[in-house]
Amino acid sequence: MRIFASFRIAGRALRRNKMRSVLTMLGIIIGVGSVIAAVSITSGATKQVEDRVASLGQNVVTVFSGNFTSGAMRGGWGSAPTLTTGDSEAILQNVPNVVAVSPEVRDRAQVLANGLNWNTQVIGESPDYPQIRNWNIAKGSMFSEQDVRSIAKAAVIGKTVADQLFPNENPVGQTLRIRNIPFKIVGLLESKGFNLFGQDQDDVVIVPYSSHMHRITTRIYVNSILVQAASTEAISKVQSDISDLLLSRHRSHEPDFTVRNQVELMQAATATAKVMSILLAGIASVSLLVGGIGIMNIMLVSVTERTREIGIRMAVGARGNDILVQFLIEAVTLSAFGGSVGIGLGIGASRLISSLMQWPTLTPVAWIFIAFLSSAIIGVISGFYPAWKASKLDPIDALHYE
Amino acid sequence: MQTNPVIKLVEIHKTYHTGEVDVHAVRGVSREILPGEFVAIMGSSGSGKSTLMNMIGCLDRPTEGRYWLDGIDVSTLDRDALADIRNEKIGFVFQGFNLLSRTSALENVEMPMLYNRHRIAAHEQRDRALHALELVGLGDRADHHPNQLSGGQQQRVAIGRALVNRPSLLLADEPTGNLDSQTSIEIMGVFQKLNDQGITIVMVTHELDIARYTKQMVVLRDGKIVTDEAVGNRLNADVELSHLHEAQQAVRLA
Repeated sequence: MRIFASFRIAGRALRRNKMRSVLTMLGIIIGVGSVIAAVSITSGATKQVEDRVASLGQNVVTVFSGNFTSGAMRGGWGSAPTLTTGDSEAILQNVPNVVAVSPEVRDRAQVLANGLNWNTQVIGESPDYPQIRNWNIAKGSMFSEQDVRSIAKAAVIGKTVADQLFPNENPVGQTLRIRNIPFKIVGLLESKGFNLFGQDQDDVVIVPYSSHMHRITTRIYVNSILVQAASTEAISKVQSDISDLLLSRHRSHEPDFTVRNQVELMQAATATAKVMSILLAGIASVSLLVGGIGIMNIMLVSVTERTREIGIRMAVGARGNDILVQFLIEAVTLSAFGGSVGIGLGIGASRLISSLMQWPTLTPVAWIFIAFLSSAIIGVISGFYPAWKASKLDPIDALHYE
Repeated sequence: MQTNPVIKLVEIHKTYHTGEVDVHAVRGVSREILPGEFVAIMGSSGSGKSTLMNMIGCLDRPTEGRYWLDGIDVSTLDRDALADIRNEKIGFVFQGFNLLSRTSALENVEMPMLYNRHRIAAHEQRDRALHALELVGLGDRADHHPNQLSGGQQQRVAIGRALVNRPSLLLADEPTGNLDSQTSIEIMGVFQKLNDQGITIVMVTHELDIARYTKQMVVLRDGKIVTDEAVGNRLNADVELSHLHEAQQAVRLA
């Protein structure tokens, strides 16, 4: 209807008092800016932790073997070997919503190649391992199911091992000696960097678990079993199904194993960041509130100061509603414009922090909308009372106001 | 041919209840004003002329009596409907000009059109505002702000603003109260020209000199009409202005 005209009137009124408009907006600018900066920093930190947890693999449930108790002395998880490759096969066959499993055997060993040697982690896995860990092969390929069955002397190596043993050379196709047994390198993994605990994940040699258990070591138990669930929602069901299955297979009442999932790890790791973000958002909201009070204050002053103007407008035919809308639009324009500037400033500030202090920052799009909307709402709330007061003025009194 | 009155007041009363005492500001005014009339409402302060003016201007409602403006019974309308009537039917000119400061003459004149019930296109608003300014002889000052204009020019802008919505009635409340005598005559000249073009004007004044430029004088006392007569030997603003110039020339020559 006449909203467009009201916008023009409000725009003119704000331009007539530029300095005051800018100062009023400053409250909202600082409030919104600090909300955006705070959210960017904390969600950047949360995202980093989540990425590290995700690098452990997607929807992964890990089964560790149980603990060993001798007299009063109790060993840690994995100290009592109970898990077998049979357990691993049973999980894949019997538990619904399991897409991949990999029995895991770990050992440290001295490896030799190319006239160089290096002490590294040698792990036995199934061919599903790269899929479970969400880890791509950079060169060559993963060993196959056939290699597992034939206890093949095939190995896939990490970036760090490749750099140490084959500087400036393609390791794929070369031979690597593990405990003096020659393994053919069939693949090179992509670099994955450090994990949550600061360990270099690329410092690794992966061989078929059968080869590890029969050629490198002589074991009948595995350290753990990695299980990939079909979806995040299926994780808890898969977890309890595995427990039930293993309890019956091990014929014990007490679980001699433990089943952990990634979600638990993720929750623990991001808990601190969550608390921080709530705290920061809380502080920032207070400054936003103060900004809103500033707008209300200025609008009240403005209504008193412009009583005569209101009288003139009413005399020439402005309805109470026209006056209400005009002042409301002025307040919302102040806060929404201030909010937009604040969003820009907040993003800028978080970029600056990110480049100066090497902190990862991330501005979620949803928060940009939330910040804009809440500043507009603050404008409506803080502008309403002054606008309503203006609209209720008596035109005769307003015209004669000195 | 019968012409319908622009204003028809029937037994208008206005009583203010202030504390324990009731103030009867207007006590029974009945009057018709026909199109083309130019009426001065006179009276000392407290005579009720301002109260009557506010009611005629639809800024206030009578406590008793009926008021038809341009055939519409406005004595029972609510706040919003009165605002619409003011916008469409009445043009106001005030003693203190009441222009918006830091706003150009053109924007001041455009202002009433922003509140018109029927949306007026921006270019039409501009055209109409410019036309109204030309009508009051300020076509070349459209982009001046009030503080760049003399008192007489500001009052002309106010008259332009009053005319821009083509009202059926022009209401002036002491329009020359803040002006020197020469400028007052100039402003009365503007009113006389507008009246010659058929615009109905009602003006409140307490200066007899100014009232003599109108056609009809209505005198109020204690809220009642005591005199209602045609202006004898009516003054013509153009003639008076040329007399004034001659007198000034004479002083300068002497």
